[in-house]
Amino acid sequence: MSENETRHDTTPAGETPSGVSESAYGAWHRRVLEGRAGLFAVATAVAISIGGLVEIVPMFTATDMGVGEDMPITPYTPLEVAGRDLYVREGCYLCHSQMVRPMRSEVLRYGEWSRAWEYRYDRPFLLGSRRLGPDLHRIGGKYPDAWHYEHMRDPRSTSPGSIMPAYSWMLERTVDPEVVTKSLRALQKVGHPYVDVTEENVRGSMEAQGRRIVENLRSTGIESRWDTEIVAMIAYLQRLGSDGKAVLSGGSREE
Amino acid sequence: MGSSSASALQPETSRPLRPIYDDDVVKMFFTATVVWGIVGMLVGVIIALQLAWWPANLGLPWTSFGRLRPLHTNAVIFAFAGNVCFTGIYHSMQRLLKTRMWNDTLSRVHFWGWQAIIVAAAVTLPLGMTQSKEYAELIWPIDVAITVVWVVFAINFFGTIAIRKVEHLYVAIWFYMSFVITIAVLHIVNSLAIPATWTLSYPIYAGLTDALVQWWYGHNAVGFFLTTPFLGLMYYYLPRAADRPVYSYRLSIIHFWALVFLYIWAGPHHLLYSALPEWAQTLGMVFSIMLLAPSWGGMLNGLLTLRGAWDRVRTDPILKMMVVAVSFYGMSTFEGPMMSIRAVNGLAHYTNWVIGHVHSGALGWVGMISFAILYWLAPRLWNRELAHPKWVDTHFWLATIGIVLYTVAMWAAGLMEGLQWRALNEAGQLANPIFVDITTRLEPFLWIRVIGGGMYLVGAVMMGINFWQTIRGPRRPAEAAAQAA
Repeated sequence: MSENETRHDTTPAGETPSGVSESAYGAWHRRVLEGRAGLFAVATAVAISIGGLVEIVPMFTATDMGVGEDMPITPYTPLEVAGRDLYVREGCYLCHSQMVRPMRSEVLRYGEWSRAWEYRYDRPFLLGSRRLGPDLHRIGGKYPDAWHYEHMRDPRSTSPGSIMPAYSWMLERTVDPEVVTKSLRALQKVGHPYVDVTEENVRGSMEAQGRRIVENLRSTGIESRWDTEIVAMIAYLQRLGSDGKAVLSGGSREE
Repeated sequence: MGSSSASALQPETSRPLRPIYDDDVVKMFFTATVVWGIVGMLVGVIIALQLAWWPANLGLPWTSFGRLRPLHTNAVIFAFAGNVCFTGIYHSMQRLLKTRMWNDTLSRVHFWGWQAIIVAAAVTLPLGMTQSKEYAELIWPIDVAITVVWVVFAINFFGTIAIRKVEHLYVAIWFYMSFVITIAVLHIVNSLAIPATWTLSYPIYAGLTDALVQWWYGHNAVGFFLTTPFLGLMYYYLPRAADRPVYSYRLSIIHFWALVFLYIWAGPHHLLYSALPEWAQTLGMVFSIMLLAPSWGGMLNGLLTLRGAWDRVRTDPILKMMVVAVSFYGMSTFEGPMMSIRAVNGLAHYTNWVIGHVHSGALGWVGMISFAILYWLAPRLWNRELAHPKWVDTHFWLATIGIVLYTVAMWAAGLMEGLQWRALNEAGQLANPIFVDITTRLEPFLWIRVIGGGMYLVGAVMMGINFWQTIRGPRRPAEAAAQAA
């Protein structure tokens, strides 16, 4: 392509920087591609599809992705599902990750590094991308229920210097078993093995688990109700990473 | 905005065969860009303040950081950057293809549909209605609306290409095309979910598959929402503002195809050291590093287009903004691949460094090129002299210094966090066992970020006032209008 021709393609003549005229149709790629919009669009669609197909499709088809079908991971209970939805609603994942990396400093700070099979029932995934606060994947069982209650009410009462907002409204607002029932039915459709999902059963399960947390709180002088958001939140936080921790500390280590 | 479409004819003009372009829809998108831009940046400054000074969360559910942060990201990406893309695309594609948009009704459905989606986002996100996937937080009914509006845009876009009066498609159109196609694919695949209620749904993917799909989407939202359409805009507006031809047509071909092919692979670099299969992590890292080449191809083609016009960069604030924008594009597309190297990512991931990196691209590249395009367009669209030409220079300096304060503070904070999280003492124990101790040490940097972001916001507000007074000012004489066109 001559210098003159190159300039002709790209000169901002008037309103079009291209300034291309019909006579400028010289190079093969122009005749084949750059004058044929449909073909160009298809070529672009192909170019942008390859990478995604290569990376994503094996996640569904390959069997060695560490999903660990045989690992004893169970779905979240109804109350934990409610708590997890609150975790999403309040955007907790924007400041707290749920992925302990396989590094010495992380294992010292948080505990066992995170495995792929631990997330089998995580919909949506909540790995997070930022640590304004600490990772929470091994938070389950680390602190008593009352610690979480106080921390959500006033983060600085348990963690002096914390920049976390207070979530005092969770102490009053309640969770609705009817909505949780709908959630479980949606999760059933994508393969979470819940059985007998009726509103009575869901309410019964939530109440039984919630009352245990209320009892724990009462023993430290905190009065709460089983259907408050804070109780659901505590149920979820205390569950986080605990299935994996039980497996990993129980002698059935992967490596 | 109220003028009829006939005004686009501009009968005073000396060019007899000028096509009748629909510039009303361009003005509508222009106005929306400025309004949403200021709103989105204001929310950004508010959440920056919340991190430096927690009482700014106000103790209310709908003003807490976790709910406002998605509002900020959605507002600046989809409301500000989205509308500026549409402003530039509707303006430039009609001229590049020498035809009016295919269907004016579809243009308006696109405009009002997109603004309605933004309003719906601004209501639902503070209420805590979210799907939690970053930059894809909006609840499923809004996702459906986005799909419908996007299809409307795509039909109008390809319809306009079909009725074009020139055979050859200019570089900018290729980039716009990749934007229209790829965003449709990304949005639909990432948003697939089973609804539980009208505001609640669960993705069809679980765990790390969900994470991989999301970051395939998330990284390419940066690639195909904040990069390729803006490169297209650069290829139209930079040569026009500089009055110079694009440096190399061949370079634009090579870097276009390399960019759209390589970008899509880079998503897994958001999941390095996670439990994602290692081969996928490695692919993400390797393709991220390769992305440096086509990214710099675009930067060099932009900067070298200014050859012979560098004297004007000293005096023309629009060109200054474009040069800084393209330079920040080059800098952040160098930084990104470096941060994708596993060892570097081990230090940078989860820290403020990532926030600094994003904002050098967002404020430096996307914001600056947008401001330049808006300043270039306003006098031409409304046929008026800019009310305060000197303010443009002030805006330039406020924004540039603001970006430098922001990014330098975030680099420092990020390195500090990353190093202190991993530091061990002689006994092999954590040197900083209490996490919050490290967070509190970041406070000075978080305040510098508030100042830098605040300066950037003040510049944008000055731009808004400038445009407001320009539009309300007297029309240009006909002679000047004909020459400027």
